[in-house]
Amino acid sequence: MNSAIDHATSPINQQLSSEGKISILRDIVRIRRFEQAALKQYTAGKMGGFLHLYNGQESVAVGTISLAGESDHIITAYRDHGHALAVGMSMNECMAELYGKATGCSKGKGGSMHFFAPDKNYWGGHGIVAGQTPLGAGLAYGLKYQGLKGACLCYLGDGAINQGAYHESLNLAALFDLPVIYVIENNGYSMGTSQKRSSAFKSCLAERADGYNIAWDTVNGEDVYEVRAKTQVAMERAHEESRPTVLEISTYRYYGHSVADANSKKYRSPEEIKQYQEHHDPIVLWRKRLLEEGVLTEDQASEMDKEAKAEAKDAVKFAEESPFPEPKAILEDVYYEVDQGTEAGQTGKHFFND
Amino acid sequence: MRTITYRQALNEALAEELERDENVVVMGEEVAEYNGAYKVTEGLWKRFGDKRVVDTPISEAGFIGMGIGASMLGVRPVMELMFWSFAYVAFDQMINNAGCVRYMSGGKIKCPIVVRGPANGGTNVGATHSHTPENFIANTPGLKVICPATAYDAKGMMKSAIRDDDPVYVMENTKLYGESGEVPEEEYTVPLGVADVKREGTDLTIVAHGRAVITALKSAEVLAAEHGISAEVVDLRSIRPLDEETILTSVRKTNRVLLVDENKPFCAVNTQIATMIQEKAFDYLDAPILRLNAIDAPAIYSPPMEELQLPHPEVVIEKALAVCK
Ligand SMILES: Cc1ncc(C[n+]2csc(CCOP(=O)(O)OP(=O)(O)O)c2C)c(N)n1
Ligand SMILES: [Mg+2]
Repeated sequence: MNSAIDHATSPINQQLSSEGKISILRDIVRIRRFEQAALKQYTAGKMGGFLHLYNGQESVAVGTISLAGESDHIITAYRDHGHALAVGMSMNECMAELYGKATGCSKGKGGSMHFFAPDKNYWGGHGIVAGQTPLGAGLAYGLKYQGLKGACLCYLGDGAINQGAYHESLNLAALFDLPVIYVIENNGYSMGTSQKRSSAFKSCLAERADGYNIAWDTVNGEDVYEVRAKTQVAMERAHEESRPTVLEISTYRYYGHSVADANSKKYRSPEEIKQYQEHHDPIVLWRKRLLEEGVLTEDQASEMDKEAKAEAKDAVKFAEESPFPEPKAILEDVYYEVDQGTEAGQTGKHFFND
Repeated sequence: MRTITYRQALNEALAEELERDENVVVMGEEVAEYNGAYKVTEGLWKRFGDKRVVDTPISEAGFIGMGIGASMLGVRPVMELMFWSFAYVAFDQMINNAGCVRYMSGGKIKCPIVVRGPANGGTNVGATHSHTPENFIANTPGLKVICPATAYDAKGMMKSAIRDDDPVYVMENTKLYGESGEVPEEEYTVPLGVADVKREGTDLTIVAHGRAVITALKSAEVLAAEHGISAEVVDLRSIRPLDEETILTSVRKTNRVLLVDENKPFCAVNTQIATMIQEKAFDYLDAPILRLNAIDAPAIYSPPMEELQLPHPEVVIEKALAVCK
C-alpha cells in the first residue's frame, strides 16, 4: 500500500536516537520473552482463566506507545500484556498477576485480562469486547476538560469494531472534538472468525470513521517506522487540534485466540502462520533494520534477547515465591470510601455477608 | 440408562428442536463454524447448514435484539451468549424489548426466544466474566429464567424452553458442561416451573440451583456420614416460574432450611425463597432460615481465593450445622 514511502525519513523517526531505536527493540523482545514464559507456566497449570498472548503484534504496542508523553494515556482490551510492558510495567508485577499473587499489578484480583497501572497512564486491561472504547473517549474528555495537552491511545481488535459502544464512542469523539486515537489492531481474526466473516466494509475497517467525519489511516504494523510515523500524525492532530483519529494497524497473532483456543490451527492454515513468522515478524524485521543501519550489532541483539529471557525467568521465580492474597482481601478494594475508612464508608451497610 | 455430559445433553436438545421445528435458528458468536466456544453447538452447523446455525459478529445488543425482533414474527431463535456476562451489553434488548413488549402491546405480541449460555464464577476469568444474573432476570416480569444443574434437566428443560412462547433465559455453567449424568435415549421434556428433590432427607432442607445443587449434594453426603444429619436437597431448576410448593412441602417435613446460592447475597434468588418460606411456612420452622451466597465482592481472579469466594462444602456444612444446632 505504502511500499514506496520509507517512513524512516519522517521527522519523528529522524529524531529517534540510536538508543531510542534499540530501546524499541528491547521492549519488543521483552514482550516476546514474557509471553513465552507465561505460556510455559500456563501450560504447566500455574495460572487459571484465560491467557491471550500478544506474540506477533509487539510492534504495534511498542511503536505507538514509544510516542506517548507525560499527558498521553493508554487503554486496551484483554490482550494487554504487551501494552503493559510497553508503558513500563515490570515483568514481575505482570507475571505475579497471572499467578493470582498478592504482588501482582492488580493484587491478583484481575488476572491476565485486567492489568492496570494508572501511575503509568495505563488504564487497563478490559475483558468485555469494546468495553474500553467509551472509556478511551472519556480519558480524552478528561484531558480536554482539564486543559491538558494529551491524547488517549485506545486499542481494540478487528472484531471489537462491531460493538455499538465503539460506534457511539466515535460519534462522541467527533462531536465533542476529543483527542482520542482508536487503534484497531487488525490481526485478521476475532477468535475463529476471519475479518470477512465478521465485518461489513468497503475498503477497510478504519474507513467507517468517514461516516463520523473522523480522519483515519491504515498502517503496516510490521514496520516500526510506519507505525510511529502515522501514529505521530494522529498524536499531533489530538494535541494541536483536539480531534480524533482511527488507525487500522495490520498485524498478526501467532497463537490461538487464547491458549485455550482448541481450534487455533483449524480456522487458518499452519502455512499462513508460518508465512507471517518467517516474513513479517516484528522482531526479525526491526532487528534487521537496525543491523543494516549499523545501530546495532549481532552481539548486542543476542545479548538483549538473553537479558529478556533472564528477566522473564526471574519474573516467574518472583511470581512463584510470592504469596497469594489473604482471604480478607476478597472484601477489600470494592469501595474506595470503605477502604479509606471515611465517614461515607462507615455509614450504612456496604456488605451483606451476614 | 446411558450417561452423557451436560454439554452433550444440551447439544441433543438443540439438534432435536432444530430437527422438529424449522423456525428454530441457533445463533451466536462462534456457534457455527467453530462449533461453539464451549462446544455446546458442536456439529450443528455441519448438520443443519448456514440458514439454521448462524455465526454472528461481536455485537450482542444487535444480534440479541435482532433475535427478539425475529421472534415477534414467529422465528424461534436460540441465541448463545458466549458468557452470560456479555448479556450486560445487550440488557436493553433483553429487558426493555423482550421483557416488556408483550405487556406494552396489550398482549398482541409474543417473543418466543431463548437466550442461553454459561453464567457462573469459579473459572478464574475475573469479575467481568463471572456474573450470575439469574436474580436480575427473575426480577423482570415477562421473562423466564432457568438454571439446570444436571445433564437430564439441561436437555429436558432446554427443549421446553425452545417450545415455550415466552422469552426463556437459560443459564448454564462451564463447570458443569463436562459432568455426566443419565439421560434416556427416548424423547422427553422437563417442564419449566417444577423443582426437583435431588436427595431425600428428614432433618434439613437445602434449597439450591445450578452448580450449588452439586455442592449441596456433596455436603449432604458428609452431613449424613459425619454428623448423622439427613439433608433433603431441593433443586429449584427453574427460578421464574418458581415451584413454591415443592419447597414448602420439604420445609413442612424437615422444619429447618439452608439456602445455598452462588448469587451475591443482596437480593439473590435465595432472598426471595427465604421471604416466601417465612410468609407461607413460618409455623413449621424450628430454626431461623440461613442463607449461604458468594462472598459479597466482584469475582476475584486469584484461583485459590475464588474457590473460597463461592459456596463450597466446608461452609455449607458449617451453616447446615448451625441450622440444626
Ligand atoms: C462483549 C463480549 N463479547 C464476547 C466476548 C468474547 N470474546 C473475547 S475476545 C473475542 C474476540 C475479539 O476479537 P478481536 O476484537 O479481533 O481482538 P483479538 O482477540 O484479535 O485481539 C471474543 C468474541 C467478550 N469478551 N466480550
Ligand atoms: Mg482480532
